[in-house]
Amino acid sequence: MSTVSIDKAGPRRKVKYGSMSRDRAWALRWSYFFLVLFAIFSLTPPLYMLITSLKTSAEISAATNPWWIFHPTLANYVELLTSNQFLRFFWNSAMVSIVVVIVTMAISIPAAFALARMKFWGSATLATGVFLTYLVPDSLLFIPLFKVFAVVQEWTGIPLLNRWYVLLFIYPTLTVPFCTWIMIGYFASIPKELDEAAIIDGASWLQTLTRIFIPVALPGLIAATIFAFTVSWAQFLYPLVFTTSVDQLVLPVGITTTLIKGDIFNWGQIMTGALLGAAPPLIIYAFLMDYYIAGLTAGATKG
Amino acid sequence: MADVVVQRGRTARTASARKGASLHNALRRKSTVAFFLTLPLILLIALLVLYPAFYSAHLATLNKSMQKFVGFGNFTFLFKRETFWMVVKQSCIFAITAVFFKALMGFIVAHFVHNIPAKGQRKWRGMLLVPWVIPPAMSTLAWLWLFDPSYSAFNYTLSFFGIGPVNWLGDTFWARFSVILVNVWYGAPFFMIMYLAALKSVPDQLYEAAAIDGANWWQKIWYVTLPMMRNIIAITTLFSLIVTFANFDIVRILTSGGPLDQTQIFATYAFRVGIESSDIPLGASVSLFMVPILAVAAIFILRDVSKRGNEA
Repeated sequence: MSTVSIDKAGPRRKVKYGSMSRDRAWALRWSYFFLVLFAIFSLTPPLYMLITSLKTSAEISAATNPWWIFHPTLANYVELLTSNQFLRFFWNSAMVSIVVVIVTMAISIPAAFALARMKFWGSATLATGVFLTYLVPDSLLFIPLFKVFAVVQEWTGIPLLNRWYVLLFIYPTLTVPFCTWIMIGYFASIPKELDEAAIIDGASWLQTLTRIFIPVALPGLIAATIFAFTVSWAQFLYPLVFTTSVDQLVLPVGITTTLIKGDIFNWGQIMTGALLGAAPPLIIYAFLMDYYIAGLTAGATKG
Repeated sequence: MADVVVQRGRTARTASARKGASLHNALRRKSTVAFFLTLPLILLIALLVLYPAFYSAHLATLNKSMQKFVGFGNFTFLFKRETFWMVVKQSCIFAITAVFFKALMGFIVAHFVHNIPAKGQRKWRGMLLVPWVIPPAMSTLAWLWLFDPSYSAFNYTLSFFGIGPVNWLGDTFWARFSVILVNVWYGAPFFMIMYLAALKSVPDQLYEAAAIDGANWWQKIWYVTLPMMRNIIAITTLFSLIVTFANFDIVRILTSGGPLDQTQIFATYAFRVGIESSDIPLGASVSLFMVPILAVAAIFILRDVSKRGNEA
């Protein structure tokens, strides 16, 4: 028993004599050593983005130490943040992501509520269907979807291809199944007594949803919102297929296609753009990491 | 009580009002409410996922101008192309190797994070999860710059160790190595976080019992940790296999399939053929080859998920 207590409290106490705690201390040192190595591996690309973004093009093309900034400058940031093109990409990305988040929540919250609580004909099949849809990748659907929207455009005369708003129809195919799936998990974990009491008190189903489920499952809702946002913000394949004009592009496609001109890579600006494109998800993550992780672990494992 | 009074007042009214009341009742019925709550979801899945999926199978049977039915013509054409078999091979190498290393690295890192005192874990977890948070298209650009043939930061660093310049994206072996490396970098944090959650759910008593029985470090992992985590390892690996197999961003940005289509995988090849060469039917046929593998993985995941549901 005594060995066990030393073992558990080991890391916080000073190292005591006895083989158990000495082993423990060494295990801890090795853990930190490898964690530092893995952290370097994880953070090298984002740090290198930052380093490059602060350099002048002259310094980038000079054969000096790439890991050090000799003449730091904000010129890349100024240039990008004052260029209409870049702001346009940013605006398109923000518009698409925010609207997609709203649409996703409007579809998936009621659906998840119905699937988690109201047993109806076909509800089990539909829940399985939602899960299977969540596994259907974008790289399987982009060709038929492209053709479908081309046909719709032909029939109705509404310009859809090469318009940023076509993405508002397409992104929910990625976000809705996923968000519904994690919301089902969260709603299912709410004790039945809560909503039974509400129904007995005469609340309608909708009131039960808005007054009880949404407030109680708020952490799950936040997690789902973050996911819908990051998925829409990061999408690359669909905008690459559906938009081509410079004023219709979203950030990832805009940076990869317009800042690279032929064989000339303006790395300072590309890295600045990439960093600014990575910033919104990173900022959200910095503040809401626990929700993000809760959503991640719930989404992929909860049955 | 108030509800009953309202109902009684309503029945006393005219026939049309009664009809309204029955409609009102129908709307209050559980199945009706549920139907309307799920309707947008059903429509979305049916119109934008199911329909395109089947439409894709139809497209695959047409000729390039989409005027004529050619049956399996596109598939027989693909089977005769050497490039296609290279894509099949490369997709399998890419997915299996990347998932294996992601799982291995995730497992190791999760253990190290789990090992350190709980107070510091949050900080490390936060740093190690960053690759997963950055949009892959953005981070892959950073890798592209790190691999740059003339100004490569990697080659600069390696030159200090006397290792000659490596042609990261131009040489077949190194190009394959690079796309897998970037995919592992991007995907390992997901495994790390899933395994960490699994590790935390293993009861401490089991390790205590193992320690009393004199189990060493390796025996604890083999006889306690692995059996307890088996479910999560299986489901995470299968899920990641689907995602990695269907990956597009990393290969597209890093090599666009080059050199000589040696790093082309299903998604990038389908894009190349279907959108860039505008042979939509052939592109659809290429991406359809992902279906059997996705289906097998999905069946296994689903079996696991429903088993878990039955246990709960």
